[in-house]
Amino acid sequence: MSIVTVQLGQCGNQIGHEVFSALCSDIHGTHGLCSKKENESYRDSCKERFFSEEESGVPAARAVLVDMEPKVISQTLSRAARSGLWKYNSHSHFCQKQGSGNNWANGHCVHGPRHKEAIMELVQKEAEKCERLGGFFTIMSMAGGTGSGLGAFVTQCLRDAFPTSFLLNHVVWPYGTGEVIVQNYNSVLTLSHLYHSSDALLVHENDVIHKICARLMNIKQISFRDVNRVIAHQLGSVFQPAHTAGGGSGYSRNPLGDLLEPLVPHPEFRLLGLRNIPQMAESSLAFSTFSWPGLLKHLRQILIAKAHMEEGIDWQVRPPQPGSSIPSTNKPLHFNTSIANLVILRGKDVHSVDLGSFQDPSLYTSWLNPQDAFNAWKTPRAFNKYEKSAALVSNSQFLLKPLDSIVGKAWNMFASKAYLHQYTKFGIQEEDFLDCFTTLEQVISSYTNL
Amino acid sequence: MTQSVVVQVGQCGNQVGCRFWDLALREHAAVNKKGIYDEALSSFFRNVDTRSGDNGLDIYKGKICSLKARALLIDMEEGVVNEILQGPLRDVFDSKQLITDVSGSGNNWAVGHKIYGCQYRENIVEKLRKAAEHCDCLQCFFIIHSMGGGTGSGLGTFVLNLLEEEFPEVYRFVTSVYPSGEDDVITSPYNSVLAMKELNEHADCVLPIENESLFEIVNKIHQMISSGKLGSTVKQNSLVTSSTGGAKTLQEKPFDAMNNIVANLLLNLTSSARFEGSLNMDLNEISMNLVPFPRLHYLVSSLTPLYTLADVNVPSRRLDQMFSDAFSRDHQLIQADPKHSLYLACALLVRGNVQVSDLRRNIERLKPSLHFVSWNQEGWKTGLCSVPPVGHSHSLLALANNTCVKPTFIELKDRFMKLYKKKAHLHHYLQIDGMEQSCFSEAISSLSDLIEEYNELDATKGGPRIDPSRLKIAV
Repeated sequence: MSIVTVQLGQCGNQIGHEVFSALCSDIHGTHGLCSKKENESYRDSCKERFFSEEESGVPAARAVLVDMEPKVISQTLSRAARSGLWKYNSHSHFCQKQGSGNNWANGHCVHGPRHKEAIMELVQKEAEKCERLGGFFTIMSMAGGTGSGLGAFVTQCLRDAFPTSFLLNHVVWPYGTGEVIVQNYNSVLTLSHLYHSSDALLVHENDVIHKICARLMNIKQISFRDVNRVIAHQLGSVFQPAHTAGGGSGYSRNPLGDLLEPLVPHPEFRLLGLRNIPQMAESSLAFSTFSWPGLLKHLRQILIAKAHMEEGIDWQVRPPQPGSSIPSTNKPLHFNTSIANLVILRGKDVHSVDLGSFQDPSLYTSWLNPQDAFNAWKTPRAFNKYEKSAALVSNSQFLLKPLDSIVGKAWNMFASKAYLHQYTKFGIQEEDFLDCFTTLEQVISSYTNL
Repeated sequence: MTQSVVVQVGQCGNQVGCRFWDLALREHAAVNKKGIYDEALSSFFRNVDTRSGDNGLDIYKGKICSLKARALLIDMEEGVVNEILQGPLRDVFDSKQLITDVSGSGNNWAVGHKIYGCQYRENIVEKLRKAAEHCDCLQCFFIIHSMGGGTGSGLGTFVLNLLEEEFPEVYRFVTSVYPSGEDDVITSPYNSVLAMKELNEHADCVLPIENESLFEIVNKIHQMISSGKLGSTVKQNSLVTSSTGGAKTLQEKPFDAMNNIVANLLLNLTSSARFEGSLNMDLNEISMNLVPFPRLHYLVSSLTPLYTLADVNVPSRRLDQMFSDAFSRDHQLIQADPKHSLYLACALLVRGNVQVSDLRRNIERLKPSLHFVSWNQEGWKTGLCSVPPVGHSHSLLALANNTCVKPTFIELKDRFMKLYKKKAHLHHYLQIDGMEQSCFSEAISSLSDLIEEYNELDATKGGPRIDPSRLKIAV
C-alpha cells in the first residue's frame, strides 16, 4: 500500500525533503548486507509506499507540498530535482505569497478555509495515483503558523474526506527556547486539534535531536539541516519495509495500519515517541561493532528510564516489583510506563534476537495484555549503513513531561492575557483556548495515571 | 514573495530614506551578480521598462531594465527632495512618487497634521494606491520620519492614519527619530508627544531611534579606527556607518554616517523576508512575536558588529562577542539599558554564516544576565538568513520589547510639561483649524498611560514568581 505524505510549512517541507532523500539513498545504497532477492523486494516495497514511477524513470515522491510562502517550496523542489535520484511531481505543491506570521489563528482560520479546495484537490490527485491507498502522513511543526495552524486544519480536512484512512501526524516539538515566542500557544492549539482528528501524533523534540547531533554525531556547528537529517533517519528506520510478526514472508503491505493498530489501542492515548540505536557519525561507523543483546539492553533502558539517547541513561531505574499490582503512585520515580511498544530491528542476524525483555508485563499498564502491547518487526536488510540497528516506537509517558511543560508555560501566558489580541483578530477567542487547555490537561492526567 | 512600500516624510525621513535606497541597491548588487530582476529585488524595487514612454510597464522577469523604488517621498519643503533628484539616486524615483510643497511646516505638528494633511490627503492616497497596485502582494509599509519637527511628525503620523484607513491589512512599521534633549527646535516636545499618541494608536511596530545614540556610535567607530588599537585593517564597506560601494559620489554629509546606521537597521530587519535562510522570519512574524499587548509595540534595536576587520579568520569568540554586544548599552539605537530593565520579548535576526547551535549557545549564555517578564521567561524569537550584509560574514540585529524605552518617554513627558505648564507657544497650535486644547491633554494622557503600562510591568520585576494554578481535571 502507498502512503501520501503532506508537507506543511517551512519545517514540514524541509523535513519531508530529507525523509525522501534518506529513503532513496537507503534503497540505492550498497550496504544492504542481504540477499539480492531480499534487497529487491525491500526496494520495491519502499517504492510502492513512497514513490510513483514516472515516464522519465526518476521516481516521484507521493507528496503534496504546502506552504503559505514560496521560498522554502521552491528551494525544496529544486534540491530534490538536482539529486537525480528522485523528484517531486511538478504540480503537487501549493504556495501563497505571504506566510502565516507564526499566528496559528491566521493559518487555521484564514488560510485554511481560503485554500481548502486547492490543497485538497492536490491531495485527492496524489491519492488517486496510489493503486492502494494506505493512508496519510503529514509533517509539520507545532511552533509556527502555517505548519501548525494550517496543518491542523488540513488534518481535519483529510479526516473528513478520507474517514476510513489511517492518518499519522509527524509533529516537530519546538526548542524549549528561542524559535517562536508564541510557540506554546501555537503548540497547545495544534496538539488539542490534532488529538481530535489524527490517529496518532509521532513526535520529535528539537532539543533532543539537537543533543543527538552534538553528542552522538559529533557535529560542532549544528544546522537545521543536521537536525532534520537525524529526524529523517529516524523516520526512515520506522517506515522502510520490515516483516511483521505474523505477516508471512513478504514485507508488510499496510505500513500505517500495522503501526497504528497495535500502538494506539485507546483513543485517549495517541502520543508516540521514537528512539533509535545506534546513532553516530558516519565516519565512526566503520570502527564500531555491535551485538544485538547490547543494543537491546540499552534500548530497553532508554525506554524505561525515559532517556533520549544511548548516552546519559539512568541505569538505576527499574520496573516496579512484579506481582504488586498497585496504583501508579507507588511506582518508582522516573519509571516510564508504556501503553504499547513497537521495536523494529534491521540488519544482520535479526531472526535470532531475543526480545523477551520488552515483553515484561511490569513495563506496561495493567489494562492491556503484554502480548498485545508489544510488537516487533524485523528485516535482514541493513538500514542506512548501520550493520545492525533498532528503532523503538513507544506509546508511553515519554512525552508527558514535555507536554506538561508546554501547557504550563502557555497557561502562564494565558493568565496574563498576553498576545491574545493577535489570535482574536483572526477569530480564535479565549473560550477556544480554554477548550484546548481542557483537552490537553485531560491527556496529561490520563498519561500521568497510567 | 511579498513587497513593502517605504513612505519617507520630512527632511529627516527623506535623508534617512535616501541612505536606505543607496545601501539597498548596494546590497542587492552584491548578491545579485547577474543583473536579473529576482524575487528578492522585487520586495523593494519595481523593474520598469522606461522605453515604452512615461507610464513605464512593470517587467516581472529577466534582466534588470530600470529599477524604481517602491517609495513615496513627502516633504513640505523642496530642498532635500530636490537634492535627491539631482543626485546619483535620481533614476530610482520618478516625479509620480513625490509630494512636495514650498513653505514647510514651521516645526509645528499641527501644520503638518491638520493643514497639510487636509490639503494633500487625496494626493497622498492616490499615490499610495498607485504604489500598492504595483505590488503583487503588499505586506508592509515602512514610514520613516522624525518626531521633533513639523512635517515628519505631523504629516508623517497623518499618513500613518491614512494607511490604517486605506490598507487595514497591511502592516505599518514606523521608524521614528526622537529629538535629543538639546534639540534646537523649541516646540519639539509638543510635536513628539502629539505624534506619540498617533503612534500608540495606529502603528503595528515602532522602532524608536535617538540621534544621540547614533552620534555616539559614529564617534565610537571613529575612535576605534583612528586609535589603531584594532591591529588590523577594518573593511571599509563593513562599517555600519559606511557608504562605500554605494552610488553616492558627492562629498559625504555629516549626517550620512548616522543615517546609514538606520538604513542598515531596515536592511537587516527585512533581510529574512527577502533572502533565503534555514529559519525564515517574515515581517508579519515580528509584531506577532514581539507585541504582547497592542500598545506596547516599541522595539529597541541594536546592530552588531559595527565593523568587520579585514582578516579572514573569524574565531567563534568574535561571533559570541557579536551576541554580547547586541545587549550592551552602547550598541542600542536609543539611550537605554535593556540589561537592567525588563524584557517582554526579544528577537534575534541573524545573517550570514551562523547556525542554530550558535544561536542556542548564545541564548543560553546570555539568558542568566537578562530579566524576562514572568509569563514570557523564554521569550526569544530567532531568524537565520543565509545572506550576510555587504562586507560581513555575519551580523545580528536584536529587537527588544523592553521596559527600557520608558525613560525616553518620561523625559519626553517632562519636557512637554515644562512648556505646557506655562502654555508656551501653545497659541501657534491652537490657531490652527481642528486643533484644540483637548488635543494636547489627550496626547499627554495617552503618553502617561503608556508609561503606566510599562510601570506596571516593571513592578513585577524581581518579585516572587507565582504561577497561576492550572486547570483541574476530574479523573
